[in-house]
Amino acid sequence: MKGTAFVDGIALWSPRLPGWEAAAPVLRGEAPPSEPQPRPAPALLAPTERRRAPDTVAIALEVAAAACQASGVDPKTLPSVFASTQGDLAISDYLCRTLAENAGEVSPTKFHNSVHNAAAGYWTIGTGCMLPSTALSAFEHTFGQGLIESLSQVAADATPVLFAAYDIAAVGPMATVTTSRGLLGAALVLAPARSARSVAQLAWRVVRRGDLPTEEPLPAGVADSVAGNPLASALPLYRALARGAGGASVTLGPHQALLLEVSACR
Amino acid sequence: MPAPIVPLRITAHTATSAAGRGRAALLEALRTRSTGLTPNDFGAAPLPCFIGRVAGLEDAPLPARFANWECRNNRLAWLGLQADGFLEAALAARARYGADRVALVLGTSTSSIGASEEAYRALEPDGSYPPHLRRPIVHTPHSLGDFVAAALGLEGPSVTVATACSSSAKVFAQAERLIRNGVADAAIVGGVDTLCGSVLYGFNALGLVSPEPCRPFDPERRGISIGEAAGFALLEKRDAAAPGAGPWLLGYGESSDAHHMSSPHPEGLGARLAMADALARAALAPEAIDYVNMHGTASQKNDEVEAQVIAAMFPATTRASSSKGWTGHTLGAAGIVEAVVTLLAIEHGFMPGTLNARTLDAACGPQILLDNETRAVRHAASNSFGFGGNNCVLLFGAAGTA
Repeated sequence: MKGTAFVDGIALWSPRLPGWEAAAPVLRGEAPPSEPQPRPAPALLAPTERRRAPDTVAIALEVAAAACQASGVDPKTLPSVFASTQGDLAISDYLCRTLAENAGEVSPTKFHNSVHNAAAGYWTIGTGCMLPSTALSAFEHTFGQGLIESLSQVAADATPVLFAAYDIAAVGPMATVTTSRGLLGAALVLAPARSARSVAQLAWRVVRRGDLPTEEPLPAGVADSVAGNPLASALPLYRALARGAGGASVTLGPHQALLLEVSACR
Repeated sequence: MPAPIVPLRITAHTATSAAGRGRAALLEALRTRSTGLTPNDFGAAPLPCFIGRVAGLEDAPLPARFANWECRNNRLAWLGLQADGFLEAALAARARYGADRVALVLGTSTSSIGASEEAYRALEPDGSYPPHLRRPIVHTPHSLGDFVAAALGLEGPSVTVATACSSSAKVFAQAERLIRNGVADAAIVGGVDTLCGSVLYGFNALGLVSPEPCRPFDPERRGISIGEAAGFALLEKRDAAAPGAGPWLLGYGESSDAHHMSSPHPEGLGARLAMADALARAALAPEAIDYVNMHGTASQKNDEVEAQVIAAMFPATTRASSSKGWTGHTLGAAGIVEAVVTLLAIEHGFMPGTLNARTLDAACGPQILLDNETRAVRHAASNSFGFGGNNCVLLFGAAGTA
């Protein structure tokens, strides 16, 4: 129940950590930028689509494209794993509200954008990638389950894989029950073998949660920037990547976790 | 092309849909050509269409210990687990391998969004959910996986795959990888989707819902009939199998159309890639495939494209059909329900025809069956294609093929 993969590309985006270049120093302890950025406008979408795209699609495509660009790997050659705890909560709010008020007025576009794999679909259409793509959810353990499926594909089929996770804010009545704030996307390009592109080695092991070491708290600037987003649990791994070395863990469920060890390749 | 996989043994499987609870009821409905589709009576102002509704869910609350997960989708999951002794088989696997060595990979399209819809119809004056629906776990896609993990007492990987109508086919692929990598020794896969306003009104807004029971591959087909279903399968390694064991998961193929969110690639390129991958993983040629259970939704575009793909890829001796005239399109559960239909074909030497179709579209080759046919089935495939251009083909084999 262990393995090793190589990180060829890293991407992270939230309004106060807008891109890996900006986020890495904050993860190492520097102060975050004072002005939050508006939502990203991924170049992969046509200008009209860029404005109309759901938030989930905008954030997912932004980090997916940034991770591919950082790795120098052609997105067409990468199977992809997309993971989101809640999917597009704004569209879910719209659908539930419209169904309660006037069901006959449901927008066909909003409906087909409501599928959990909408971002995966737009990604494969935008990049012309015909390789497999999946979309997962595992409540509080979504990042961990997305990461282990990605590592599992890397190991099983000896292929590099794009992994992108994202969650957006709950709105409307949904926000009274579902806790999800802000906009957060995190992506990695993972490869089975070390290459000139590799920036870090990622050793992984499935462990019982009771066996996890105590985790060092995140710098306040990071914790505040992503507070309330379900994917904040991914940040210790990104801190280790920003430092170039170190341990981190993500939960896989109530009982298991992935123990991760990052070491530098460059 | 991918390398062949070591086949996985399917040691238990079950499906519950409008065509009946469990395999025997489904097989009987298929043999007697009795549809499960009925006039739509779901919700306060039902659209004029036909649905595949599972009878009795309203009167089947979850046991009190599972009250936190109470909702229509999890009720159907629980009902589905009771059929064919699946619950007992799953618990025996847990005891045999250990609770953290059995992975749970389930598919759904809308999970329990019906509970969120219900909350929005009954909001409190301050805009909050009514008290009985203030349970975050039923308002999230993983409601399904979390419930079944709790119901089975599993402690290993538990994840919900949501790639629209290919969801519960892709679970077989993900589970195979987890087992191959040693993350689990066995896996429970499956899927559950239930009727809800989102899918009925959403597909209707897209102009895809038929006013009559769906007629896959009929030149006069008018669209889909939406259904609900639950299904499960237990996957175990080959090395634990007795001689003569089966049936088997021999291969799977996944691909993306990279074409359009809600319309298939016009030449079915993604579907062809998925089929070719499945054949490669099973190390089989198209000539070896006796039966294909097609996606066959009865939408204009899907059927036209899929019929062309089958005609182009398979010899005239291969048989193919859509079983959606019995169950309706069960969306995120279609993959597992049709995997079970395909396994029934293998186990009983019986291939269902295409119910409700009177004649066949000109795009259909000689492979597509209108009437049921009795013939030994050694190797069979099941197609599942979803929105976002998400494709998955599963390949199964009879005892003696692995």
